[in-house]
Amino acid sequence: MIKLTNIRKAYNQGRENEFWALDGINLEIEAQRVTALCGPSGSGKTTLLTIVGCLARPTSGRVHLKERDISGLPERFLTEIRRSTFGFVFQQFNLIKGLSARDNVMLPAYPLGGDWRALHDRAETLLDSLKLGHRRDARVEWLSGGEQQRVAIARAMINDPQVVIADEPTANLDTALSREFLAILENLKEQGKTILLTSHDPLVIESTVVDTVVNLRDGRLVRGA
Amino acid sequence: MLSRNSHRALVFLTFILVAFLLTFADAASQRTSRSAALAANARLVERLGLTDLCLFTEARYTRHPSQADLHSAFQDHPIGLEHFPSGSLLPPPRSLAASYENLDRKTNRPD
Amino acid sequence: MKIWIEKQTALIDFTLASLARRKVKNFGLLLVYMLIVFLLASVMLYTSALRREAAQVLKNSPEVIVQRMVAGRHDLIPPGYLERLGRIRGVQKKEGRLWGYYYDAVVKANYTFMVPTAGAVAAGKVADGKIVVGAAVARERGLVPGNLISFRSYSGRQFSFAVADVLPHEAELVSADLLLLSEADYRAFFQIPAGHYTDIALSVANPQEVRNIAAKLAETLPDSRPILREEVLRTYESIFNWREGIVLVLLSGSILAFAIFAWEKASGLSAEEKREIGILKAIGWETGDVLKMKFWEGALISLTAFLLGYIAAYLHVFRFSAALFEPVLKGWAVLYPRFELVPAVDGFQVATLFFFTVFPYTVATIVPIWRAAITDPDAVMRS
Ligand SMILES: Nc1ncnc2c1ncn2[C@@H]1O[C@H](COP(=O)(O)OP(=O)(O)O)[C@@H](O)[C@H]1O
Ligand SMILES: [Mg+2]
Repeated sequence: MIKLTNIRKAYNQGRENEFWALDGINLEIEAQRVTALCGPSGSGKTTLLTIVGCLARPTSGRVHLKERDISGLPERFLTEIRRSTFGFVFQQFNLIKGLSARDNVMLPAYPLGGDWRALHDRAETLLDSLKLGHRRDARVEWLSGGEQQRVAIARAMINDPQVVIADEPTANLDTALSREFLAILENLKEQGKTILLTSHDPLVIESTVVDTVVNLRDGRLVRGA
Repeated sequence: MLSRNSHRALVFLTFILVAFLLTFADAASQRTSRSAALAANARLVERLGLTDLCLFTEARYTRHPSQADLHSAFQDHPIGLEHFPSGSLLPPPRSLAASYENLDRKTNRPD
Repeated sequence: MKIWIEKQTALIDFTLASLARRKVKNFGLLLVYMLIVFLLASVMLYTSALRREAAQVLKNSPEVIVQRMVAGRHDLIPPGYLERLGRIRGVQKKEGRLWGYYYDAVVKANYTFMVPTAGAVAAGKVADGKIVVGAAVARERGLVPGNLISFRSYSGRQFSFAVADVLPHEAELVSADLLLLSEADYRAFFQIPAGHYTDIALSVANPQEVRNIAAKLAETLPDSRPILREEVLRTYESIFNWREGIVLVLLSGSILAFAIFAWEKASGLSAEEKREIGILKAIGWETGDVLKMKFWEGALISLTAFLLGYIAAYLHVFRFSAALFEPVLKGWAVLYPRFELVPAVDGFQVATLFFFTVFPYTVATIVPIWRAAITDPDAVMRS
């Protein structure tokens, strides 16, 4: 599904505080599987997610999405790919405060200009399936952490992406909510989504839902873990 | 269909846009309906030989700005203190000053 | 096309939802914005209608008025002066006029006393002892035709007049303070001996010759000051010009304050807003989508403010006689004409007002967003 070849990423390149967050990553992410990036804080997990998810470009190396080399594409096309292929669940959820849960879920579809009524119904169905139907008109800042995450998941799903990317999804959840999240993950996998997430939470890494665990340290893959 | 904010906003905008256009229609209709009164005023001006609008009646130079002494708006001195607020709405008629200068230069005898 | 419309309405939905989050602040902004447009449009509509009306009404005022200057002041025309004018070629008709000011201590108002030219007023209305008064004078003194009124002249004598008629209300803009009386009464009242006049009205055979005649006048009668009709008209063209006026001084202050306020509001991107733009970009909005969304915000606010402000100004000026300007225009005057201006709306001026109110605000909303919207979308991954 996604193939990374010799990916390197530098922050502040050419300046005094140049820092190589990723240093020669070769990785293949299989379709319809759950891949977990694991590693200590600062090892480059989030950076890798931004590159896979077309939020950032690698300093060098190639990214192939379904055989297509996307590492050299201009921003416009990357946005296009990001919108149609990826759904994001951010660590801080990154919901827009002041808007209702439903409005937040609908946001990624606005620039597509599809039928509003259909979009509206799709958002409600998604919220219902995540057991949030009763909170759809509530402002997101009134929701609990678990509810906010489920809104973020619904938002990630609204454009029906093939790949779902989640950064530290359980970092802000207690054990019970983390289990609930894994159940949702299971469900997404059954729907045929490819899932890429980062975590250093044993509950996630050791879960049966996760098919592949990739270990990272100092911007390099650690083999045989 | 009014359940969407955007639709409500567009209906509202259309509504005030129509009201905006109606002001032009109203202006046009008032102009026709009151043209007779305007013409009557113009005739009154002609018959009585009036020269000014009766806007400010507090002083000579505000009641008849076109007939006022050249410097009266400044109390006979260009930087004399102004007494009336309407004076700030009425500049000393520049055209008069200009033509007066003009005529001044054309005569060879001093005033 | 359908997709375009759906997209724009969706962006408008979002923009409205975000505006609704800070209802009080945004509503306050809209209100202040509307007030500014209202004041600007009121001044604009009022002055342009007044100028237009002045031009239409005064187009028939005397072609040339000749004043006599003594020591820099307007003085009476002495006997014989009128005859000397006759020698100037091109002068068709000349007429000595009698008019002046009278301060009525009873109501503390100034009137303009005037002797109408022969035939100007229906026969018998202005005869010795009979007067015709302007509508504002009648209102101020509570006069109706048939009433008697007396004035104390500057010589101390008391004069009584019978009111024969009141000039029509519709004519107040030109005649509110007039008091028309006979020549004999006028001369007796102000003690102006026969042969003296206030000034002289000339009519000219060939309108093209007016300037030459004025020059000749200044030549033959060096103490005269000719005032041409075109100068009268130009006086009223320049009155209430954009740059003049206490209203505009006050306005420019408030406009400046609003500009700062709007700039603050529109350009001062809070960290929160920057974060939101980052989120939108991360979830698949293009830079252009963010800009379009912000464009709608600016356009909706400024368009609403412009339209509502303009409509309110129109109603204010042409339906409520510009009631808010009255205290300013009235000044110290006691006698104030009541008039309803005939609407004269200059499309170009409206377009200018539109441009200067809607355009800068919309731009001020978009430009700072531009800079925030072109930042890299991966920034939201770390917060
Ligand atoms: N914008 C940035 N500028 C400079 N350094 C950065 C930036 N983003 C991340 N880094 C650095 O890159 C390294 C990897 O970061 P990150 O991918 O967020 O790690 P992780 O998600 O595994 O904790 C860290 O040491 C971090 O300090
Ligand atoms: Mg991280």
